[in-house]
Amino acid sequence: MNDFVSLNHGSGGKLTHELIEKVFVKRFAMSKPLTDSFIIKGSESALAFTTDSYVVDPLFFPGGNIGKLAICGTVNDLAVSGADPRYIAASFIIEEGFLMKDLVLIADSMAEEAAIAGVKIVTGDTKVVDKGKCDKLFITTSGTGTLRPDMDYISTGKKIEPGDKLIINGPLGNHAIAILGARNNMAFRTTVTSDCASLNHLIHKVLQNCKEILFMRDVTRGGLATVLNELAGMIRCGIMVNEASIPVDDQVRGLCEMLGFDPLFLANEGKVLIAVRAGEENRVLEILRSDPLGKYSEVIGEIITDKKELVVLNTSVGGKRIIDMPSGMQLPRIC
Amino acid sequence: MCLSIPAKIISINGSMAEVSAGGVIFSAGLHIIENASVGDYILLHAGFAIQKISEKEAEETLKLLKR
Amino acid sequence: MKYIDEFRNKDLVTKLADLIHKSVIHDYTFMEVCGGHTAAIQRFGIPSLLPENVRLISGPGCPVCVTGTDFIDRAIAYSKVEDVIITTYGDLIKVPGSSSSLEKEKAAGANIRIVLSGLDALEIARLNSDKKIIFLGIGFETTAPGSAVTIKQAAKENIENFFLLSAHKLMPPAMEAIIQGGVSLNGFICPGHVATITGSSIFNFIPERYNLSCVVTGFEPADILQSILMLIKMVNQKTPKVEIQYSRAVTLYGNLIAQRCLSEVFETCDASWRGFGVIPLSGLKLRKDFESFDIENKSPIKIVYKEDNVLCICGEILRGLKTPEDCPLFSEICFPENPLGACMVSNEGACNSWYKYRFVK
Repeated sequence: MNDFVSLNHGSGGKLTHELIEKVFVKRFAMSKPLTDSFIIKGSESALAFTTDSYVVDPLFFPGGNIGKLAICGTVNDLAVSGADPRYIAASFIIEEGFLMKDLVLIADSMAEEAAIAGVKIVTGDTKVVDKGKCDKLFITTSGTGTLRPDMDYISTGKKIEPGDKLIINGPLGNHAIAILGARNNMAFRTTVTSDCASLNHLIHKVLQNCKEILFMRDVTRGGLATVLNELAGMIRCGIMVNEASIPVDDQVRGLCEMLGFDPLFLANEGKVLIAVRAGEENRVLEILRSDPLGKYSEVIGEIITDKKELVVLNTSVGGKRIIDMPSGMQLPRIC
Repeated sequence: MCLSIPAKIISINGSMAEVSAGGVIFSAGLHIIENASVGDYILLHAGFAIQKISEKEAEETLKLLKR
Repeated sequence: MKYIDEFRNKDLVTKLADLIHKSVIHDYTFMEVCGGHTAAIQRFGIPSLLPENVRLISGPGCPVCVTGTDFIDRAIAYSKVEDVIITTYGDLIKVPGSSSSLEKEKAAGANIRIVLSGLDALEIARLNSDKKIIFLGIGFETTAPGSAVTIKQAAKENIENFFLLSAHKLMPPAMEAIIQGGVSLNGFICPGHVATITGSSIFNFIPERYNLSCVVTGFEPADILQSILMLIKMVNQKTPKVEIQYSRAVTLYGNLIAQRCLSEVFETCDASWRGFGVIPLSGLKLRKDFESFDIENKSPIKIVYKEDNVLCICGEILRGLKTPEDCPLFSEICFPENPLGACMVSNEGACNSWYKYRFVK
């Protein structure tokens, strides 16, 4: 391992995983696999517990701000575990000199998003540090929610079999591109907005109406490529995805072509990957597409028996290649 | 380094243009091409239009390929 | 997206792949010398569409990869000078110098900014008249005209705090060095964007002197496959010449305005290429009229030159003699998160492309 922590360790890709494994998991004797939320099982119900930090730069961007992100991100981590999100704790580290009106705007956004998601912010902490000791504002949210004790397979994917289908609820990369555009230090203009949204109501509808959901994970930092590789590693099967089915908006494509980015590696804040038993995928698509947050859902691939632990892409022109975990940063401080 | 992609000129202001690739607007210097007009497609590379794309030749190539 | 989607059409690509399978009568090795081609070939999984006996190898086409360690070391040395802002294209910041990289120096506080264009760097110079702005000029004939325009603009406006550190290079001398280096080849997939500037005629010496076939190629999958088909036909018929596949952007004589601009501002010089050493008359430096913009002329800097990692075979990969898989460091200790050589750093580098887009056999 390197002597110093670099920005690449925070990108969500391979180096992040390595850091977490080698520094934290072993020492804390954490149980594997690591999932978005930890499930505390009781006899009749279970509790999901999760935490996340938000350091996005800039704080305000088309489609949201750090506050909205802090609520959506934690709500989604709970929802994709099959839990019904209930309570949020919010901690703030504020740089001296931060504008009070901006703090109010951010807090308003958090309250608004909490109401939309149907969660309550019940406790928290506030610290102010000297100027220069943190970049404007960092927020950490922890969340908890309830779920049936037998639903932990949704996080681990242990019931997945070859032939099961993979669905994404809409186009990829919008959050990353919205952030890039808002940073305004490169010579381009885009109207792309972040897809930042609480997905718990959408996910609840899917789980209520389809009993064959086998896995869910929200697709954030590190992009779809990271989630697919994490899944392939957990289930020890291969995954095949079809490039032509993966939705990407025109402007996101245009920027990726120009700047050499891969949309599969770009961050999202309102996307969930769902695995469903073969035969049920159209039903799930119907449920998703009837909701604004799932209007552009697509079946993008499936679990396969060979190519164990690898993710294979059928390219749009019929070739085949591997999708690897992104190495290091595509963009820093994206969420 | 950035790559080079076809982009459509949507406005011209002296030797600079605004060009659109997939709806994203970039700045492009027109210093090394001539007779550029709004609506033309150019190759955008490192902030400059390096060549106009010939619609006629593009169609010829596609016709040949499709045969 | 127009002029992209039509050339990514799956049916077209399938048809071309089929024609290639029907045309092969022996083994073929073609080299591409453009980072854009390296990336496109891997990204679309082109090798998985070709017959076994058509081999594609990568040459020194990635401007970042062929930029020597000493250039990075000099850029880093300049970044440490007070009141200097280094402006650079994005890929260069991760390239390892002999002991650091621009990325690491940026993290340690050096004023290093990523720009998309020389004109952006010039704007930074206008807005920071108390600082010296040094623009790192890398790239081949496609990119050098942009630097030339920027220098001319700086001269016109009398912007005295803008400087160029040039590592601009020319393709044909490197291609000749490859051929003379003894790589066994049937032909070249020639760089389409270089040729938009230079015209396809700069490659005429290759069939004339060396009997190798050349096709000037676009960057979409249909372009690349059509070129491979054209190359196979020329090799089969034993009629090596230069043909243009990328006719929508390339002509015989190229972009004369860009060429005039280049020769007004730059002159050729010997240049050091990673993996090749010095290739005569393969680089561009500022002419006397513009030498006030040459930072090495204005404030020469001394660096201590250190050898590259002895196990790194980037040089041989760039010369087409070895592939990334031949390198003992490839994917073991050299991978995109921890690049030891330039070929692994750049998105267009052979090792990076091979690693990211390993094709499925």
